This record gives sequence, C-alpha cells and structure tokens, in this order.
Amino acid sequence: MTELDCRGQVCPRPIIELARALPGVAIGDLLAVVADDPAARHDVPAWCRMRGQEYVGEESADDGAPRYVVRRVS
Amino acid sequence: MSVTSARGYLDSASAEPLHPAARETLLAALERGYADPRRLHRAGREARLLLDNARAVVAECLGARADEVGFAASGTDAVHRGLLGLVRARSATGIVHGAVEHSSVLHAVAWQDSPGHAVVPVDALGRVEPAAVDAAARRAGVAVVALQAANQEVGTVQPVDQLDLPDGVPLFVDAAASVGRLPLPTRWSALAASAHKWGGPAGVGVLAVRRSARWTTPFPGDDGLDQLGEAAVPAALAAAAALQAVLAEREETAARQHRLVDRIRAAAAALPDTEVVGDPVDRLPHLVTFSCLYVGGDELVTGLDRRGFGVASGSACTASTLEPSHVLAAMGALTHGNVRVSLRRDTTDDEVDEFCAALTDVVSDIRAGTGL
Repeated sequence: MTELDCRGQVCPRPIIELARALPGVAIGDLLAVVADDPAARHDVPAWCRMRGQEYVGEESADDGAPRYVVRRVS
Repeated sequence: MSVTSARGYLDSASAEPLHPAARETLLAALERGYADPRRLHRAGREARLLLDNARAVVAECLGARADEVGFAASGTDAVHRGLLGLVRARSATGIVHGAVEHSSVLHAVAWQDSPGHAVVPVDALGRVEPAAVDAAARRAGVAVVALQAANQEVGTVQPVDQLDLPDGVPLFVDAAASVGRLPLPTRWSALAASAHKWGGPAGVGVLAVRRSARWTTPFPGDDGLDQLGEAAVPAALAAAAALQAVLAEREETAARQHRLVDRIRAAAAALPDTEVVGDPVDRLPHLVTFSCLYVGGDELVTGLDRRGFGVASGSACTASTLEPSHVLAAMGALTHGNVRVSLRRDTTDDEVDEFCAALTDVVSDIRAGTGL
C-alpha cells in the first residue's frame, strides 16, 4: 500500500498530494494518507465522493496520527 | 432602492449594511432616547415610549405580542438567554439540537452540563429529519429542543413546523438567518434573532418568549423580557425600523436575490471539481456556499478581496480555531476551498456577473499553482 506522509500539512495540501499520487496506483489498489490536520477527516471522504474513488476508512499510524485509506476504483 | 457604497461586499449573512430607515431612526432616537427607560421622569418616560414602540414593531414582525419580546446585547446573547432560560425552567437539563445549529447554540449546549444532550444528524443538504428530532425529544432527561429556522452557512430551511414534540418539551428556534428574508416558523416557545443580519445596527439581539412558555432568566437579573440587561433604546428602535422596512419589500427582494443566487450557483457548479452545497430550492434567498477542490479557503477569500469582493469561508484556515466548519463536516461536504456568498438587499445583476467572472479567474489562478 502506498502511504503519503502529510503530517504537519494543512488542507488542501494532503488532498492535493492524494490527487497527485493517485495515477501511480493501480486500479483496485490502496492509497493511504497520514494527516493530522482536522479537516482531512472530512475532506478525504469528500474527495473520494467527488472524484469517484472508494473511501475505505480511518486507521491510526504507529505514532497515533490518523491514516485515511482510499481504494482507486477508476 | 439606493445602492450603498458597499458594492462588492457579499457577506450580508455576517452583517447586512445599515438600512437607510435604520440610519434615520437611529439619529432621531439618539436625541430622544438617551435616558434609562425604567425611570419615572420625563426623559425616562420618553425612552420607555421609544423602547415600547420598538418592541411592538418587532413583535408584529415576528408574529408575537409586544410583551413576548425583549432586546438583548446581540444575537448570541439572545440565543444564550432564550435557550438556557427554557432549560432553567425545567427539571430535566438535556438539549436536543440539530448538528448544524449556529455556534452560539452549540456553546450554550456545552455550557449547560447534562447527560441528556443529543445531536440530531443532517442529510447531505443540511436538513434534519423531523421524525428523528421527535424521537430524540422523547428520551428521558430532555428539557428543550433547539432547531434553527434556516442554516446560516448553507441556507437550507429546516422543517421546524413539521416537528411533533412531546407535550411539555419546549422548542427554541434560532431565526437569526431567516428574519426579514423568509416566513418564520410559528410553533416555537422561544425565538432569537439578530438585528445586524437584517440591516439594523449591530449590538441588538431579539428574544421572543411565548407567554405560554415557562422561561426563567439563566443569568443574574430580573425575569422580565423588558429588562434583559440594559437595552440600547435608540439602537433597538432603529432595528425595528429596519425590520419593518425590510419586510415591506421582502417578497420582491427575496425573489430578486433568489434569482441572483441561482446565477452564482450555476457559475460555481460550472467550475471543475466544485461542489455547490445546500438545498438549491428550499433555502434562504440571499446566500450560497460552495467548495472547490485543491484550493485553500484563505486563498479564495484573499484572491476575491483583491478583486473587490468580500466573502466568508467555512474552511479551517480561515477560522480562529483552525477547525473546519461543523456545518460542512456534518453534511459530509468538502471543507477546504469553501466560500459563502451572501447578497445585500441592493446587490445588483452587474455586481453578481462581475463576481462570477472574478471567481472563475481566482480559482483557476490558484489551481494553476498546484498543477492539478
């Protein structure tokens, strides 16, 4: 699984990184973004809805930072 | 209709420029309404007369009786006194409220410690399901239900008059975004509003409490609605004059604003990766909110400001708390790249067209920097 480290970045930065990384992921594969900005909790699922990708869910990275997981479906 | 020097200011949902009727009344009332309306001398009686006049006018505009209306220090103050005063008159302490209520309601809920609080979720348009509110109100420990008339950020009208609350649970309605713009709900126990949202002066809140409702002041002081702290008599009278003037032209203004907002909605929806938020039809006439992917809300606000347009944003980067708008979050809407546009009563067609052109430029300029 590709993981983007967006700790310390504020929105829309983590979402921009997510959009940039998407073409490098095979359809059906997972892409995760670790982001401590509180807006990411809402904006990663909203980005998935707007861009037709699947939001898999939220997990915790080893340091406790939220990790949002996305599946490329198109 | 006079065009004010506020051209380009598109944030009337935060504060509408002073209505000419309010300015005239304020200047006259400053001369006559300086005394304490509780005193028995001639100057006091004069101030009392002006204050009673203001109450009578505002009451009629809200569909209430004059003795059901009082003036508070602000809309926030009116919300706090109204909501917490209904709770204080009950033995239970829980407040049931919609997820997208104004922050003044949420702060009052947080201030009132209770295990009985409950938040009712909203759908993607920002609207509560009336049956869900009714069900939450039937739980043990609920004192009051709080539901706004319409949402201050996305404009969606709430189904207030469709609620079927259990007997004895009063309803608090925050009508700050709606007064002067839409017909008001009728089935409330207490209702709060804010004069600078309709073109009255800042620093005037309105609290209406039905005579049939049990309400006890939650703060130190008298229980009378006519003594909610020290009412600023000239400002209250000016607020009343503005409300009367705004209501006299409400349908015409609302129809014009509704049409202009439709134009902004279409322009925003035509931008790539942009989502217009809130109910497109059953909404406040004067405001619209949208979010643009890959764009910072602060960049949008400053970019539009440089082109002469003043707008608000619910994005975290524009908030003192650095938290995104709880309204957008509750709706599942994108919180970054957010802009709220709200028209003045005299916003023109040309102004809206220029805004739409500036918006398209600003968004594409910002996105050009990200390469997306």
